[in-house]
Amino acid sequence: MSIDTIVFFILAATSIISAILVITRRSPIISVVYLVFNFIILAIIYLTLHAQFIAVIQVIVYAGAIMVLFLFVVMLLNLGKEEMLTEKITYKKRIAIGLAVVMSVQIIIGITTSFGEHPNQLSPLATQIGTVEHIGKVLFTQYLLPFEIASILLLAAIIGAVVLAKKRIG
Amino acid sequence: MEILISLIKILVVMLVLLTCVAYLVLVERRVSAFIQNRIGPNRVGYKGLLQPVADVLKLFIKEDIVPKLANKPLHRLAPIIAIVVSLSTIAVVPFGDKINLFGYEIKLQIASVNIGILYVLALTGLGVYGIAIAGWASNNKYSLLGGLRSCAQIISYELSMGISIIGVILVTSTLQLDKIVEFQHGWRWLILLQPIGFITFFVAIFAETNRLPFDLPEAEPELVGGYHTEYTGLKFGLFFLAEYANMITGSAIVVTLYLGGWQFPYLQSSGLPEFWTSIIQVGTFAAKVGAVLLFMVIIRWTVPRFRYDQLMDLGWKFMLPLSIANVIVTAFIIYLFE
Amino acid sequence: MIPLNYYLALSAILFSIGVVGVLARRNAIIVFMSIELMLNSVNLTLVAFSAYLGNATGQMFVFFVLTVAAAEAAVGLAIIIALFRNKMTVNIDEINIMKW
Repeated sequence: MSIDTIVFFILAATSIISAILVITRRSPIISVVYLVFNFIILAIIYLTLHAQFIAVIQVIVYAGAIMVLFLFVVMLLNLGKEEMLTEKITYKKRIAIGLAVVMSVQIIIGITTSFGEHPNQLSPLATQIGTVEHIGKVLFTQYLLPFEIASILLLAAIIGAVVLAKKRIG
Repeated sequence: MEILISLIKILVVMLVLLTCVAYLVLVERRVSAFIQNRIGPNRVGYKGLLQPVADVLKLFIKEDIVPKLANKPLHRLAPIIAIVVSLSTIAVVPFGDKINLFGYEIKLQIASVNIGILYVLALTGLGVYGIAIAGWASNNKYSLLGGLRSCAQIISYELSMGISIIGVILVTSTLQLDKIVEFQHGWRWLILLQPIGFITFFVAIFAETNRLPFDLPEAEPELVGGYHTEYTGLKFGLFFLAEYANMITGSAIVVTLYLGGWQFPYLQSSGLPEFWTSIIQVGTFAAKVGAVLLFMVIIRWTVPRFRYDQLMDLGWKFMLPLSIANVIVTAFIIYLFE
Repeated sequence: MIPLNYYLALSAILFSIGVVGVLARRNAIIVFMSIELMLNSVNLTLVAFSAYLGNATGQMFVFFVLTVAAAEAAVGLAIIIALFRNKMTVNIDEINIMKW
C-alpha cells in the first residue's frame, strides 16, 4: 500500500465517522461542529485531487459562511433544551436506515460493475485544472451565462431570507 | 533536506511569533500606562522586560475552573480552535525574499501556495468557531452574547475584507502573497495604488481581531468578559495568545498586501552583499509590522468603543459599499489602461 | 494510485448517511445539515471525476452547487426561524399544518 492510499483511507474513515456523528448526536450544536469537521476533511480530500481552488472555496463558503449561519441559528433559537425534541427510535427509523444501507450497497455495486472501466490514475492534466487561473478562465468564458444566473439566484436568496426572517410588526 | 528546512522554518517562525506575542502584551501595557499617565509594569526584570514570563507562569499555575453546567468537550475544544487558526495563518506570509545560508537557498516563507490570500480568508472564516463555541459552551448569558456578537461582527467585516482583497488581486493579478510583494518593488506600494482598499481592509482587520473600537464581543462594562468570562488559567491564556497572535498576523498581512512587505526601496540597486540585503529586508518587514502593531495599540487606548448598531451600520452601510466601489473603479482603470 | 472507484464509493457512503439523517431525524436543523452532507458527497464525486478525466467541468459544477447550497442555507434557515417564531418548535412532525 502506498502512502497515498493510506492517507486516503484515513481521510475517508474520518469523514465517514464524522458524518455518522452528525446525524446521531442529540444536540444540534455538536452536529454543527462535526459537520464543519467533515467539510474540512472533504477539503483535504479535494487537495489530494489537486483541486486547490475548490478545496479553499469549500472551507470559505461551507465552513466559514454556511455553517456559521447554522451555528448562529442554533444558538439564537437556543435548542439546548433537550426535552423539546425527544426523538425515539421508531419502526420508521429502522426502515429508513435499512433502505439507506440497501441504497448505498446498490450504488457501490453499480459504480464498481455496471459502468465499465473507470480510470485508475489521476489525469496528467489534474494539477493544471485545479488552479485558480484555469478555473477562472473556464468560468468566465465557457460558463459565463450560468455564472451570471448564479448571481441572480443569490440575489433572490438574499431577498427571500430578509423577507422570511423579518419580524412582522403589528 | 527540503522537509528539514521547512520544519526548521516552521519552528523558527513559531518561536518568533510566540515571543512577539509575549512582548506585544508588555508593549500594550506600557503604552496604555503612558497614555493614562501611569507607570505600568516595571518591576520584573530590567524595566519590566521579564513581565511576560511572570504572566505566563501565573497563567500556568492558576486553577482550571470549568463551570458545572458547561458543555465540557466543547468548552475544552474552543480555545484549541482559536489558537490553531490564529497560528496557522502566518504560514503563507512572506517575511523576506531569499537567503543563502550554509549553501542552501532558503525562501523566507513557510509555504508559497497557489491560493495564497484565499487561504488567509478561509482561516479567518474558521476563527469564528473558537469564539462562538466558547460563548455557547460556557452556559453563561454574557458569554453567549459575546459569542453571538463576535459571530455577526466577523461575518460582516469578512465581506468588506474579501472585497478589498479583490482590488489587490486585480492590480497584481496573482493570489500568491510572495508575488504580491514582488509586485510592490521600489515605491509601487499598494497603499498608493489602492488607498481606499487599504482603509477598508485595515478597518476590517481591526474588526476581525476584536480590537477596540470594535471589541464588542468582550466589552467589559456590558458583558463582563464576553466569550471568555468562564475561562481561567491556561485556557484563558490560549484565548489571550490567539487574540494577540491574530493581531500580529493581521498586521503582517496588512504590511504584505499594502505596505510593500519586505520591500525596502532602492535596496536591490545599492550593491550591498546579498546576505545583508536579505537581513535588511527581514528587518524592514519586522519594522513595518511593528509600526502597524504600535498604531493598533495606540488606537485601542485613545478611541472609545462603538455601539453595536453603529458597528453593524459602519460595516454594512459604509465599508461594504466603499470596498465594492473600490473594486469597480479599479477594474475600470485597469480596463482603460490596457 | 487510488482508483476512482474508491472516491465514488466514499461519496456513496456519505450520501447514504445523509439520506438516513433526512429520513430518521426529526429536528429540522439536523435534517437540513444532512441535506448539506448529501450535497457535499455529490461534490466529491464531481471533483473526483474532474481530476480523473482531466476536465474542468466537474469543478465548475461544484462551484455552482456551492452557490445553490449557500442560497439554500440562507432561505432555509430563515424559514426555520419563521417556523420557530410561529410554532415554537423545529420538530418536523409537529409542523404538519399543510396535511390535514
